[in-house]
Amino acid sequence: MSAVELGMPSLPNGLQGVPAATEPQNRKEYVSDQEVRWCPGCGDYAVLAAFQGFLPELGIKRENVAMVSGIGCSSRFPYYLSTYGMHSIHGRAPAIATGLATARPDLSVWVVTGDGDALSIGGNHLIHTLRRNVNMKILLFNNRIYGLTKGQYSPTSEPGKVTKSTPMGSVDNPFNPVSLALGAEATFVARTVDSDRKHLTSVLRAAAEHRGTAFVEIYQNCPIFNDNAFEAFKDPETRDDAIIPLVHGEPIRFGTDGHLGVVRDGFASLAVREVADLPGGESDLVVHDAHTDDPAYAFALSRLTDGGVLHQAPIGVFRSVERPAYDDLVRQQITTAQETQGTGDLQALVTGADTWTVN
Amino acid sequence: MNRTVTIEVKQLDRVVIRFAGDSGDGMQLTGDRFTAETASFGNDLSTLPNFPAEIRAPAGTLPGVSSFQLHFADHDILTPGDAPDVLIAMNPAALKANLKDVPRGATLIVDTADFTARNLKRIGYDENPLETGELDGYHVVPLNLTGMTVESVKEFGLSRKDASRAKNMYALGLVSWLFQRPVESTITFLQTKFASKPDIRDANIAAFRAGYNFGETAEEFSVRYEVKPAHMATGTYRNISGNLALAYGLVAGAQRAGLPLVLGAYPITPASDVLHELSKLKRFNVTTIQAEDEIAGVGAALGASFGGALGVTTSSGPGISLKSETIGLGVMLELPLVVCDIQRAGPSTGMPTKTEQADLLQVMFGRNGEAPLPVLAAQSPADCFAIAVEAARIAITYRTPVIVLSDGYLANGSEPWRIPVIDELPTIDPDFTVEPNATDDKGAPKYLPYLRDPETLARAWAIPGTAGLDHRIGGLEKEDKTGNISYDPANHDLMIRTRQAKVDGIAVPPVQVDDPDGAAKVLVLGWGSTYGPIGAAVRRVRKVGGKIAQAHLRHLNPFPSNLGDVLKSYDKVLVPEMNLGQLAMLLRAKYLVDVVSYAQVRGMPLGAAELAEVIGNLVEETEGIDDDARHLGAAAAAVKHGEALADQNGHLKTEGAR
Repeated sequence: MSAVELGMPSLPNGLQGVPAATEPQNRKEYVSDQEVRWCPGCGDYAVLAAFQGFLPELGIKRENVAMVSGIGCSSRFPYYLSTYGMHSIHGRAPAIATGLATARPDLSVWVVTGDGDALSIGGNHLIHTLRRNVNMKILLFNNRIYGLTKGQYSPTSEPGKVTKSTPMGSVDNPFNPVSLALGAEATFVARTVDSDRKHLTSVLRAAAEHRGTAFVEIYQNCPIFNDNAFEAFKDPETRDDAIIPLVHGEPIRFGTDGHLGVVRDGFASLAVREVADLPGGESDLVVHDAHTDDPAYAFALSRLTDGGVLHQAPIGVFRSVERPAYDDLVRQQITTAQETQGTGDLQALVTGADTWTVN
Repeated sequence: MNRTVTIEVKQLDRVVIRFAGDSGDGMQLTGDRFTAETASFGNDLSTLPNFPAEIRAPAGTLPGVSSFQLHFADHDILTPGDAPDVLIAMNPAALKANLKDVPRGATLIVDTADFTARNLKRIGYDENPLETGELDGYHVVPLNLTGMTVESVKEFGLSRKDASRAKNMYALGLVSWLFQRPVESTITFLQTKFASKPDIRDANIAAFRAGYNFGETAEEFSVRYEVKPAHMATGTYRNISGNLALAYGLVAGAQRAGLPLVLGAYPITPASDVLHELSKLKRFNVTTIQAEDEIAGVGAALGASFGGALGVTTSSGPGISLKSETIGLGVMLELPLVVCDIQRAGPSTGMPTKTEQADLLQVMFGRNGEAPLPVLAAQSPADCFAIAVEAARIAITYRTPVIVLSDGYLANGSEPWRIPVIDELPTIDPDFTVEPNATDDKGAPKYLPYLRDPETLARAWAIPGTAGLDHRIGGLEKEDKTGNISYDPANHDLMIRTRQAKVDGIAVPPVQVDDPDGAAKVLVLGWGSTYGPIGAAVRRVRKVGGKIAQAHLRHLNPFPSNLGDVLKSYDKVLVPEMNLGQLAMLLRAKYLVDVVSYAQVRGMPLGAAELAEVIGNLVEETEGIDDDARHLGAAAAAVKHGEALADQNGHLKTEGAR
């Protein structure tokens, strides 16, 4: 066995290769004729509206947008967008999207998934897609519950959660989706909240421009089976102290009047402190650098997320680094093979080198 | 050394030779090279590699024995042969493990280097079998092949271990001399294979030549054998294995459709070679994705098909189990997808390197709901090419997943193949929809993704990037024509029946029956890799005067439309299978015909002699001959050179897809 130099290509923008729209587009063009069937008050409505409003600004041809989803409430998403779409099977959307993105460099491929779809039944495909860095944008709607099957705990539910399948409380230790993605060395990892349209849209925009897999966790409220799971981030009384805003190049400071900040704390670890207690004040705070190559920094940030009931978590782009995308490399190898060996003579191939002729 | 006796050259019409040794001894390579020499000489041939799943089982043990059998002849043959005429055993374990298959009278060429008391005891020999007389009746040629190999390569200064590694080439040289094989291709092969390691290259070539020259000069051999080239139909031939033919067929199918090929696969025995071969063919616009698991492999293939490529996944039984849900999605989405199941012995992990055909019912029915799809089966190594092209045709034309069944025997076995002319293969029209195909209430143009071709029932297929035809499809039941989600009871019934009717209506060629004088009362019907053994058995029965008809199925779903009539026109139908009667069950269910199942599941191909006996007995039973008066079966089983009877009109030997 040996390894070869892959000849890394220069990294294009996430949308390079996707044909540009010839006319300006509007939100309505992206609304399909299908009736939306989520429960009243579902956070999915807000994400859908933001997404439909955001797509036209990408300036790409509508027919070159492809949505792939798995199974679950969020996975109905593609039906409501007038783009190409596939509502596939439980957990497999990243695998299917890998084939689609590899075969079609001219598409903007989006995967819509949920905490059960992506992290439970489809966990394997998720981590392998992230490590390969395939050109696709993964929107993980995390409501920390199984909605479509009517209220069992999910792999992101807090320990002790009482549900239909855990009457004495869940004994499962949950995944932190951002930590998981960073552990798989995802090149773009972000978190946003369904109700903050402005922030959500800015994260979607950054994701779309990223070459490779962009992973976006969206805190999404399920009003039926897990209402108010993210209330700390929405209640005007608590949200300033709950949201740790990540802005590239800015010190990580938050809370009412900015009284809290993030500092380095021991080996590869970060902590939240009262700024007033810091000897150097704001100058002691970590200045967020999403381009830090070592995923340990972003991972440390992700650990500032509460493991149980959520009271505090970082929101924004944790990590955005450049690494060649899997599908670009795959296509490059085909191009190289064709350039060096020609486009292939099938007759010569099947004939091979050792033949004999019977007259 | 000069010879004191002259060498006699004896003519043979066929030879079965088996190379056996430790799995690290290079027996598969040796067999491959002897096959290549034999093919280039122009004999007809058939091969059977047989090896353990362990990569290097402990040296010198029975489980570690690997073998390669080759049958070559001056006439058309169908199987790798039941019993070897010559066994080359590279150690005591190889002798012990293979002796039961070798009839007395055969030649045993035995490397004596490892016949030490310790090695013998390890495999249960108390005494050296070369000295006890238990090999009486065999023509035993004991030779210190290892010692002679080391001697022949000493000038290269290799360690004894490295030097002795060339013993397989020494043995190959010797048998190449014995059977007068052309040796140039092996020299060229060694020069290329070891180009970067000159010492090893030169040692292997020297050992190969030394083995050849040893035959020339040694007293042990007074006879050389000659097997003349076979008479075959005119054309240019090559030797090809099933997995290689399958890989080439998939590329040909994609090219004839003008589509890129995207393979999603996870390594699994015995299918991995298809992944290996296709991954070399990037210049043919072939993309290979080695996925994280079987499910991702088929998922990536289906995703690529959604994008307008020909998606293919290759696996074996355990992997097909994992892919079932995605294949069902393919049925619902009505997208092309080729799923190759290179069957191995099951259930569960089973015997990965051994052959079987027990996945038929799995691929027919192993999905939730009513999820019909077409099933094809290759009948010989070379036929894998034609069956792959046919699978691409059906998948693309009818927008459906298609199952291709091969098995370990076809995958690794090889045979001469009359090379097809690629430009003469049928073209396949993907017929993408590029414009609206309907109008809405107001007369505005629109696209209905599930509007169907009235002939084929294939749906209108528009791929992403086609302006104005954007649409959403998924695994939920769809409304007729629009493809929108529908829970309407009548619509569900309609869609279930429509998908079934589409598969049932796929055009497949009629099954051909080989019944030379039309007098047979018994039909033997097979599918898949039993084609060779059944054909050989039928020839034996005919040779002793039995009347027997033969037919073979390459399309298992839908069945050829004339199959029911064929079955009903015989008094008895015998169905030999390497499973417990899966095709027999399907035939009974569909045609209400009381077929006779002959089932063997030993992980090995059916034996021609054994099958000839079963057929002969059934022929006489059908003629009303009492048990104790029957002789045909025994006579057919005893036929020597049974395959020499080249009188089959319906011989289906594949010559490419035509």
